[in-house]
Parts: sequence; C-alpha cells; structure tokens
Amino acid sequence: MFGKLTLDAVPYHEPIIMITLAIVAVIGAALAIAITKYQKWGVLWHDWITSVDHKRLGVMYIVLALVMLLRGFADAIMMRTQLAAATNGAEGYLPPEHYDQIFTAHGVIMIIFMAMPFMIGLMNIVLPLQIGARDVAFPFLNNLSFWLAVAGALLVNISLGVGEFARTGWVAYPPLSELAYSPGSGVDYYIWALQISGIGTTLTGVNFLVTVMKMRTPGMKLMEMPIFTWACTWANVLIVASFPILTGALLMLTMDRYFDFHFFTNDLGGNAMMYINLFWAWGHPEVYILVLPAFGIFSEIMATFSGKPLFGYKSMVWASGSIAILGFIVWLHHFFTMGSSADVNAFFGVMTMIIAVPTGVKLFNWLFTMYHGRVQFTPPVLWTLGFMVTFSIGGMTGVLLAVPGADYVLHNSLFLIAHFHNTIIGGAVFGYLAGFSYWFPKAMGYKLDEKWGKRAFWFWQIGFFVAFMPLYVLGFMGMTRRINHTNNPDWNIWLYIAAVGGFIIALGILSQLIQLYVSYKNREALKDTTGDPWNGRTLEWSTMSPPQFYNFAVDPKTDGVDAFHGMKKNGTAYQRPGSYAPIHMPRNTSAGFIMGMLLTAFGFGFIWHIWWLVIATFVLTIVTLIKRSYDNDVDYYVQPEEIEKIEGEHLAAIQQQSLLKA
Amino acid sequence: MTTSAMTHGAHGHDAGHSHDDHHHDTSSTTLFGFWVYLMTDCLLFASVFATYAVLFMNTAGGPSGHDIFELDYVLVETFALLFSSITYGFAMISGHKGNKQATLTWMMVTFALGAVFIGMEINEFHHLIAEGFGPDRSAFLTSFFSLVGMHGCHVTAGLIWMIVLMLEVKNRGLQPRTMTRLGCLSLFWHFLDIVWICVFTVVYLMGAV
Repeated sequence: MFGKLTLDAVPYHEPIIMITLAIVAVIGAALAIAITKYQKWGVLWHDWITSVDHKRLGVMYIVLALVMLLRGFADAIMMRTQLAAATNGAEGYLPPEHYDQIFTAHGVIMIIFMAMPFMIGLMNIVLPLQIGARDVAFPFLNNLSFWLAVAGALLVNISLGVGEFARTGWVAYPPLSELAYSPGSGVDYYIWALQISGIGTTLTGVNFLVTVMKMRTPGMKLMEMPIFTWACTWANVLIVASFPILTGALLMLTMDRYFDFHFFTNDLGGNAMMYINLFWAWGHPEVYILVLPAFGIFSEIMATFSGKPLFGYKSMVWASGSIAILGFIVWLHHFFTMGSSADVNAFFGVMTMIIAVPTGVKLFNWLFTMYHGRVQFTPPVLWTLGFMVTFSIGGMTGVLLAVPGADYVLHNSLFLIAHFHNTIIGGAVFGYLAGFSYWFPKAMGYKLDEKWGKRAFWFWQIGFFVAFMPLYVLGFMGMTRRINHTNNPDWNIWLYIAAVGGFIIALGILSQLIQLYVSYKNREALKDTTGDPWNGRTLEWSTMSPPQFYNFAVDPKTDGVDAFHGMKKNGTAYQRPGSYAPIHMPRNTSAGFIMGMLLTAFGFGFIWHIWWLVIATFVLTIVTLIKRSYDNDVDYYVQPEEIEKIEGEHLAAIQQQSLLKA
Repeated sequence: MTTSAMTHGAHGHDAGHSHDDHHHDTSSTTLFGFWVYLMTDCLLFASVFATYAVLFMNTAGGPSGHDIFELDYVLVETFALLFSSITYGFAMISGHKGNKQATLTWMMVTFALGAVFIGMEINEFHHLIAEGFGPDRSAFLTSFFSLVGMHGCHVTAGLIWMIVLMLEVKNRGLQPRTMTRLGCLSLFWHFLDIVWICVFTVVYLMGAV
C-alpha cells in the first residue's frame, strides 16, 4: 500500500531534525491561525494562489525564494559551525551521514530553490511592465510554472521529515548516485525535486521568450528594450537551450535507478562521465542564467541613481549575448581532471578565459555610467558597488581556475568553493537583493527602510569577505571540499574565521527581516504615491505602485531606450487619453495549483515506490490539463468605466505630488 | 502541414503588431510558443542521441544492432509514420477549407497509422525483451530502448492529444481556437516524423550495416 514507506522513514533519533520540524510546525500553525482569524483564506485563494497576474506570481516567487534562503542558510551555518567545532580530530556535532545531506541540500536549495525563484520572481514583476505589455504571453502557463517550482521545493522540504536527502553533493554524480551506492530515498528526492521544478523553469523560459518577441508595446524595437529585459531574454535563451539537457540527464539517472538501465553504471558498459558531461552542459549555462539578469539589475540601478543613460547600451546587449553563447562551450572546465587530451582541455580553458572579456566590458560600462553622474548612495547602489568589487575578485580567481594545469591542483579544493561563492553571492545574490530593494516599492506600494537596508548591505559585504576569503587560503593549503572533520592545526584559525563570517552574514539576513518589519510598520510614511519613487527611466515606473492589474490603460508609445525618461522630458508622460477601450484580460484558474499539488504527490509516490499513487496522480494531472484546454471561457474584458476610475486616481495622485513640489 | 502552419504563424506575427497586440493566446503567439517548446523537446532528443552515440558500442558481450535489427520490419513501421504525416496534412487542408467531416476522417486515418506504428514498436520491444535483450542487458540496449522508447512515448502522447482534438472538432466544429490547437498538433506530429527519420538513419540503418 505504501511502497517502501514505513514509520522508520521519520528520523526520530535525530534531535536537530525533530526540533527543526517542531519549529516549522509551530510557525505553520501560527500562520494558519492568523489567516483564519483575519479571514484571509479567500483572499489567499482568489488573489494569489489562482492568480495568473505576472506581478502577483512574481511576489510569490520571491516569497518562496526568501523562505528557501532561510532554509539554505541554516544549512550553511550548520556546516560552518561543524567545521569550526570538528578540528584537531574532534567529531563535531553532525555525523557524516547527516552532514553529507546538509551540504547537498544547501547546494540544491540555494541554486534551484533560492536563486532561480528570486531571479524568475523579479523577471515576472518587471519584464512585462518594461516592455509595456499587459501580461505575459501565456498567463496560465506562468501560474503552472510557479506551482511546479513549489512542488520541487515541497519535495526537498518533505525529505527533511520523511526519509533523507541525497548524500551525493548537489551534482549527484554517478556511480555514487546509482542505486548500488545510494540505496535510500535521498537521491530519489533529489531527482524528482529537480525534475519537476526544472520542467517549470523550461516553460518559464518559453513563456518569457514569446512575451518579449510578441508582446512588446507597438513601436518598441528589440534594440530599444530596457537592459534588464535584454539580460533576462539572454537568460531565457539559455534556459530553453540548457534545461532540456538536465531533464534528459535526470531521466536517464531515473531509468538507471528504477528500471535497472545501464546509462551510468560501472558494469555492463555504462559510462558515468556521460552524466557529468550532460549535467554541466546544463550546469554551466545555469550559472549564467543566474547572473545575467543580475547584471541587468545593476545596469538599471546605475543608470537611475546616476541620473544618466546607461553607458554603452548596445555593447551591454552584445556582451550579454557573447556571455550567453560562450557559456555554452565551457562546460568541460568543471572536470579538466577527467583526462581529456591536452588539446581539449586547452580549448575549454581558453574559452573560459575569453568570457572575462565581455564581463570586463560590462564593468567598464557601469563605471562610465557613474562617471560625471550625481550618484545617490541608496541601498541598491551600495549593493551594486559591493558587487563590482566582490565579483571582480571572483572573476579573477575564475580565470585562474580556467588554467587546466592550475585546476589539477585546485580541483575540488576549498579554493573552488571560495571562487563560486564569490561569483554567485557577489554576483547573483547581491544583484537580486539590489533588485529587491529597487523594485520593492513598485511591487508593494511602499519603499523599504533605508537605514536597515544599509545595515543589511554592510553585514553581508563584510560577512562575505570574512567567511570566504579564508576558504581561498584553505584551498591553497590543500583542504578539499565536503570534509566532515579535520585534523590539521594549520587550518584551524581559518576555519574559525570563516565561521565568524557566517554569523556576520546571519546579522545581514536578520537586518533584512527587521527591514521588512520596520518598512511594513511605517508603510504609510514610506508610501509611493506616484509610482515613480526614484525618478526612473523605464516604463515600469509610469504605472501606479503596485501597478494597475491591467498594467497599461493604453499601449505606451515609446521612443528610445529610456522611454519613460523621454516622456517626462517632453511632457507626454501621464497624459489622459480621450477615451479608454475595453481591455482583454485572462481569468484566474486553479488548474495550475491543482497540477502542482498532484505532481508533488506523483514525485512522492515515485520516491517511495507507491505505484497506485504515481498512476492516479499522473492520470489526474493529464485530465486536469485536458479539462483546462477544453475550457474556452478563460478571459474577460475590463470595461472603460472601471479603467477611467482607476486611472483617474493615479493621475490625481501625480497632480497632487507635483503641486506639493511647486 | 508544417510549412503552412509556419507561414501562417509568421504572417500573423507581422499582422499582430498592427491591430491585435495585447490579446492573449492569439493564434500566432500560441503557434510561436509551441514552436519554441518543440525546440526544447528537440534538445531533449539531442541529449539522448548524444548518449546513444557514446554508448552504442558498449554491448557488454550482448547483441549489437547488427544482430537484432530487422530492417524490413522497421521500414514498414517507418512508412506507417511517414504516411501519417501526409494524412495529417490532408486533415489540416480540410480544416482550413472548413470541411469538418473530411478533417475528422483524415484525423482518424492519421490516428490509425500512428497506432500501427506504436503497435509495431511495442511488438519489437516485446520480442527483444522476451529473447533476453531488454534494456538491462547492456548500455547499448539501454540507450536503444530509451531513444526509441522516448520517441514512442511522444507519439503516444500525440495520439491521446489527437483523440482530444477529434472530440473537440466533433463537438465544437472548426473554430479559430480549435484550428490553432490543430496547428500545434500538426507541428508536433511532423516534428516527431523528423525525429524518427534521424532515429531510423542513426540507429537502424547505421546499426544494421
């Protein structure tokens, strides 16, 4: 009846896990009681869960990312404290089988369930607004993608209390991840969490590519799209070109584990290196999927807060394009030690180094954007400046690792760990946090508290250096990754310093939580009445904050890259048209949520070999999809009277604001 | 038909900017979106093809393609699928002319040919497994069953989709939305034909010689 699932799958004997679960249960119950008390279940269902509005989906993606950031960071702080405690031959407090799950979960969560939803959330909120569209090309698909991401995140979190998570590292290399060496449920949780959320990401990539190609406001040329939209577009090209490879690789591993296939096994002709090639043919583009939108965010922020157009817009677009293409022909640098010929390694090494060129172009563009500008040192700008310094260091150590000879020494050492945290935290995460504070007023209608924002930045920035610079040193001293305890007195001091760094970052995260609380409390004082709090340059700032649900009452007429800046300058911004036409909008639907939950159960059934559940949920998912596709009543029209009323309020607020200024 | 669907889509793109810009799921947007999705599917097949190319010589003492492929049999299978593309093209032509009955008839013929293809493939798999040459025998057979089987799963999904659309045509006639859906299935069906031509060439023809 329940396949391999028995009560023994719950780890009663692990106090750390049981306490965590108890805390999660208390928070969950508190939330449920609060929602019931304030009678918000209906709001939650009608306005959020079933919503196909890209702005609301974006907010939900970011909530998911923040929750998973806390989970992933808890894993990180446990690893740092374990390594600081387990020196000189001490065992520490995390036994190896638990520690191995923690570093695997940390990697999977931070890449797939923190960074990806954060990036996709910002893209959801901002991209359609920047191109003057009323929604994405396929609003239902957008909702479905979100619930597939949630399904994956749910599976990762269920693994905490039922069974185990993979002990293989976030890459799950065979033959270790094969059934013979990982017989538990861990790798199966890994497979289904990544598979289901990965398919959602592929659909997001398709959706936003079509949105950019088909939904731009009339007159906006491709080379006039805001730079963040361009950066996301390149990232989406990478998504549709690389995520199917992950789907394929995971499918093959699934067949190996479930049906005794021999893709990657040691015996009967399997080839484990094939998985590793496929994994990184996805995995390397993936890091550019994460960082390119962050580059776009920095570009928007630099232009806005320097009060100048972005320096070298076209070179920025083409630099992103070159990075996207080069990102596809460097995957082998993750395993120079595989033993390909010197020629092969040299090719991939040189290609890797060449990526530094377009990235350098970008850095100079940001510097020249600031040059002769009146830079306002708001939190988004601080994140950008912190990024420019931090990411440059990470980029340089990357070029160092790209030398195959050096890589043979540094492969799988803590030098590598320091390098990729240097680029992913200093590049992607700083970018998302910058974008978070930059677009927060647009999404929520009030600004974030600046004082706590600056504190958060400084804790993060200092904490990052204290936590990760010692890892470069430890790498040079020969310490490898994924070690549970050490016995080398020379390493101790650096491990202690790194742990301190982890706690400084924790203060940064705490500051951000306080910032959210303080800002919410002062939301009336911080209210963004005009929709344009930073004197923005692109179309998203021409709407209300939060934007009208239909985004634009009439198609904005754009001219040039900084379309909204141009409108404000020549006085065509905020014009009331003679009359409004009805607006065509998609209806909310519960199909995405239902399919997401069914597929969660489907994955769970597969993980525990509960075959009736697998078959039932699969059939029900298909039936839901077919039923949805039969439904022709999926849209409606907003009538001019309603538009007139909403637009009138916006224009009145702007008029009042300009009277106050005058 | 692929070309007619594509030119239709491309035409709709140009026209879209002049009048119909913000409408959701208009025909040209849907077809373009489905086309992009098909390209992701194409990359999934490419990954499995690459794996097949790496693994096909690893027979681990078991049979090679030369030992187990029956080209005559596969040729019949291939023609069933290729003809189904032609008949689906006829269904689309009838659809564009607004001839509901002819559309349904051609779809049924297409369905029958697709079912023949799938039936023959299942039969081939059954024989191989019965002889002890299942996917668990060697890396070659693993990758063979996976590549051919993945194509077969796609064709099966296409057949289920065809039933759904036949019911829709029968109940609702040839409305614009239904025609868009028929166009998407058309793209899918012809795409699977192209993939099969690659499978037939790379797996069967190159394997049998």
